[in-house]
Amino acid sequence: MRTLKYVIKRILLMIMTYVIIMTICFVLIKMLPLPAVREMGKDINLILAKREAMGYNKPILVQYFLFWKNLLLYGDFGLGEQMYVGQDVMKIMLQKIPYSVTVNLYSILIAVPLGIMFGIYAALKKNKWQDHFISTLVMVFISVPSFVYAFVVQYFLCFKTGWFSLTAASRETTPFISLAMFKSMFPAVISMAFSTIAGLCRFTRAELAEVLTSDYLLLARTKGLTKRQAIIRHAMRNAMVPILPMILGEFIGILGGSLIIEKIFSIPGIGALFLTSIGLRDYNFFMALNMFYTLIGLVGNLIVDLSYGFIDPRIKMGER
Amino acid sequence: MEKKMKFDNIPVEKFQFARRDNDVILDKKFSTKPVGYFKDCMRRFRKNKSSVIAAYIILLLFLFALIVPFVSHYNVSFRDGYYKLAPPKFAPLAFLGWDGCTDRTEGQAGYDYYKSIGVEYGSSSVKKVKNVKTDETTGKPFYTIYVDDYEKVGFVYVDLSEKEYNALKEYQNKTKIQVAYPIPENYKTNFLAVNGANLWYELADNTPSTSGASKYHDDNGDPIYKAAYRTSKKETSAKYDSLKLAEDKGGEDGKSWYVYAVKNQSGYRMRVLYKEYYMYQNGFYPEHIFGTNQDGQDLFACMAVGARVSFLISLSVVLVVIPFGLCYGAIEGYYGGAIDLFLERISDIIYGIPLIVVAALCNMHLLKKIGPVLTTWLIFIIVDWLGIAARVRTQFYRFKGQEYVLAARTLGASDKRLIFRHILPNSLGTIITGTILIIPGVISSEIMFAYLGIVSFQTSNIISMGTLLSQGESYLATYPHILLFPACYIALLEIAFNLFGNGLRDAFNPSLRGADE
Repeated sequence: MRTLKYVIKRILLMIMTYVIIMTICFVLIKMLPLPAVREMGKDINLILAKREAMGYNKPILVQYFLFWKNLLLYGDFGLGEQMYVGQDVMKIMLQKIPYSVTVNLYSILIAVPLGIMFGIYAALKKNKWQDHFISTLVMVFISVPSFVYAFVVQYFLCFKTGWFSLTAASRETTPFISLAMFKSMFPAVISMAFSTIAGLCRFTRAELAEVLTSDYLLLARTKGLTKRQAIIRHAMRNAMVPILPMILGEFIGILGGSLIIEKIFSIPGIGALFLTSIGLRDYNFFMALNMFYTLIGLVGNLIVDLSYGFIDPRIKMGER
Repeated sequence: MEKKMKFDNIPVEKFQFARRDNDVILDKKFSTKPVGYFKDCMRRFRKNKSSVIAAYIILLLFLFALIVPFVSHYNVSFRDGYYKLAPPKFAPLAFLGWDGCTDRTEGQAGYDYYKSIGVEYGSSSVKKVKNVKTDETTGKPFYTIYVDDYEKVGFVYVDLSEKEYNALKEYQNKTKIQVAYPIPENYKTNFLAVNGANLWYELADNTPSTSGASKYHDDNGDPIYKAAYRTSKKETSAKYDSLKLAEDKGGEDGKSWYVYAVKNQSGYRMRVLYKEYYMYQNGFYPEHIFGTNQDGQDLFACMAVGARVSFLISLSVVLVVIPFGLCYGAIEGYYGGAIDLFLERISDIIYGIPLIVVAALCNMHLLKKIGPVLTTWLIFIIVDWLGIAARVRTQFYRFKGQEYVLAARTLGASDKRLIFRHILPNSLGTIITGTILIIPGVISSEIMFAYLGIVSFQTSNIISMGTLLSQGESYLATYPHILLFPACYIALLEIAFNLFGNGLRDAFNPSLRGADE
């Protein structure tokens, strides 16, 4: 009961934060001068009509209520004005999400097992050369910004050797779950995976190394378990408590994609859409994507926070 | 109490000083200086070799950013249209391949063309012929040649006013360095071609779209260059009375002299050796240690300016963010309750907005008003105090209930004194290390925003590393150096900062004391 109350409280707080953030964004965007509609045949009339319907010429407060009304009743963010002119913002967004999700999913599926494996290995070989080697690599991949090694990957895999194509395959010609699509996305996938592998590896190593020196592990060994049994049954299960929420967080981040990687490898995902909307000053897209990204961030944080309590019953939620 | 009263009236004579006579202290006096918290931290930090090296690397990179703009010939606004995309050249290390040369594969025409550049002053832009292959179907040769990209610029046509023309002649007379060279016969047709001024010899094909094949070849297929200069009967045509080529002796009969300048409406058109002309104009020869980008900007200088911007932004952000975060976190943590709840909601809200959205909104509202550097600075000011505040808050929650705080409060210490004198110093270690790690974060985000074009650095005298990266991106396949050097600098800086920060964190963490020994 206490848990349920805590969860509901957190969700309500999150919704409140979300609405406030959205209000701030909305007002800040509306304070900017309205961009002119580029001449595009009959689209211009369509957009002007839509602007009228959304109250673009009315005070900001009226626009604000119309915005929420349109959004909640019809899921309507308006039309693209500078990009995808005259097309529904929501529809375009939904079209783009699969690209981001595919790349992210592949990269996580590669990164999570590898990261945990390297982390366990490093922890077991603590302070030996294997550990130092892995830790050094991890240090490099955590510190170096992802765009730097994305360039390196691109240079070697795409230009020098020519093994992989420069851009992702189009969804019209290749299905999403196929070898060809995977191959075309591979450079992006591994560029993205590097930082996840490094982060997970470091975290796993630190957690496991701490658990390995604890008393209960000594007890487990004393009562006759082999080292392998002790590690798998006792050490790993305890070390996993903080690791699992981290992986969970990664999975929620899937939806958002990575802005940088999508730009470098020209993946037409939602991150690339966001960047274009900022570059071209398409405020309808910008607002919609703001809402999308903020929501992902908030929900992700919330789920990660709450998951600690669900994963480990010893952690009592809502207590100080 | 009563017992104590009894001693009230002991006469003074009954007291005597202990060991007044010889003043010897039997305790051992410490001859070493006391080791305080910070000194202990520094001592432990110095034991961590990698962090110390990282600190020196940071210093080196910082000095690079600081000094290079003063020393370098170039700055961000220096652009040269002829030395675009020039490869890196650094004369003292030329033997390592840092010589500004690139490999090219050319047919006969291209080979003749590159070989011809520099022949007039006893050199050639082709430094080495690495390989000659014969195409099987056509039977024509293909050369793999090692071309000096600086020399291959060769000659260009320039239009000078009367005054500039005289000044150039005077410069030549004074320094005895030949800048102007004779104008070829075909200059009217080839004037508009990019390489027009380099086609000074008799061509196999004299159409305007000529690609440079020489008319004559010896038995090995090597070109024989026969000069095809324009001639005039006057020795000083267009009033040219300065240095001339050695073979320019008026032909056989002393009647046809080479033409060095042609008069036109606005002044004189000349054919100049560009590297000498460059020297004449700028006072130094072209040499780009890290090469140039597609605008002809010197990467070495641009990187230093970009690094300056990064350092400036990150350090000034830290300077503002620390005091603010400290006070905010201290108030939250110390007072707790409703104040904490309210302040936490504010930081929750700011924390909830993705950084990229903050950046985009700041850019849209402020870029035109306050410029890119201040905009970027503001973005990080808005966001980066959150981490410090949260850290300080938890430290305050930890310490504020402890007995020594209670004791101080009982003695009548004010809130201000409790916060700043009693609780804050305890959490200083974690705060310091936390803030060190803010710097690399700010630098990489700043570069990322500039790279993604969210904050645009389009002013003439300031550039960001990210702008350099996005410029180099499209030349990754052909001219990787444009991207390579900034990327390496960033990578090195980030690794060094993280190593340094981690070393500092371990040193400042009292619980790790003695753990590694």
